[in-house]
Amino acid sequence: MSSEQIIFYILSFWFIASSLAMIFARNAAKAVLFLVLGFFSAASIWILLEAEFLAITLILVYVGAVMVLFLFVIKMLNIDKSTLRAKFAGYLPLGLIVALIIIAEMTLVLGGAQFGLEIMPSPERHGADYSNITVLAMQLYTTYVYPFELAAVLLLIAIIAAITLVRKKESTHKKQNVSEQVNVRAKDRVRLVTIASPSKEKK
Amino acid sequence: MVSLSDYLILSSIIFCIGLVGIFINRTNIITLLMCVELILVAVNTNFIAFSHFLGNEAGQIFVFFILTVAAAEVAIGLAILTLLFRVRGSINVDVTNSLKG
Repeated sequence: MSSEQIIFYILSFWFIASSLAMIFARNAAKAVLFLVLGFFSAASIWILLEAEFLAITLILVYVGAVMVLFLFVIKMLNIDKSTLRAKFAGYLPLGLIVALIIIAEMTLVLGGAQFGLEIMPSPERHGADYSNITVLAMQLYTTYVYPFELAAVLLLIAIIAAITLVRKKESTHKKQNVSEQVNVRAKDRVRLVTIASPSKEKK
Repeated sequence: MVSLSDYLILSSIIFCIGLVGIFINRTNIITLLMCVELILVAVNTNFIAFSHFLGNEAGQIFVFFILTVAAAEVAIGLAILTLLFRVRGSINVDVTNSLKG
């Protein structure tokens, strides 16, 4: 057993164990933390596959932003834990049967006979001068520049949609009513009144 | 050496764990979203494994876009969740039956 295999099996064990702990966790905040552990294991496996940029992105974007967003929402909403697990046992046997069948089928299809080392040999490791970021950037800014810009537009739409959804409709702050401002006339605003002067009253 | 089938079987196991999570957590929308994240990470591992073994960087570009779309999905999903909690006072899936689907 080579050291690469030992590292792979340790990381896989942590990935599977933390995923199982995530789906069986009773507390949603604990589930998020187990998922963070799973993401770290996944990022390590990606580094084993020489995808360094994506591994760092997974940790920075997912653990740093998305999981913190999950934790933020969980802490913001006061969730009643007792009602969330009412139907827990009912669907577990069905889910386990479906999952075991899928895993058995996948193992048959993806096993060593089809994707083993004899059919698909492991490629040579890149040297120290190889830069994964350079290779990805060359592809991203030439061949895939149009999808890259579309992804930016998608993120902008997501920002606007999220803000529009959660903004309170009955606003507590002052705001302008533009149509009233445009349609206003002078006699609505200025009222001329004649005030009797006090000097005349004395006489 | 670790073969390609090891990576593929690992990601299929993770995929199935996410699927079981969706089965058993049918009442909690937050855990459902997290299970979808787990499934997406399994799929991304598939892409990166094939990208490594075939020597083609297009798979890693695809994972980049999947990460982007997943981040947008989580942002909008959690916004809808917050709105649902504000309107209904609960995020139980059983309560959200007003469309009679």
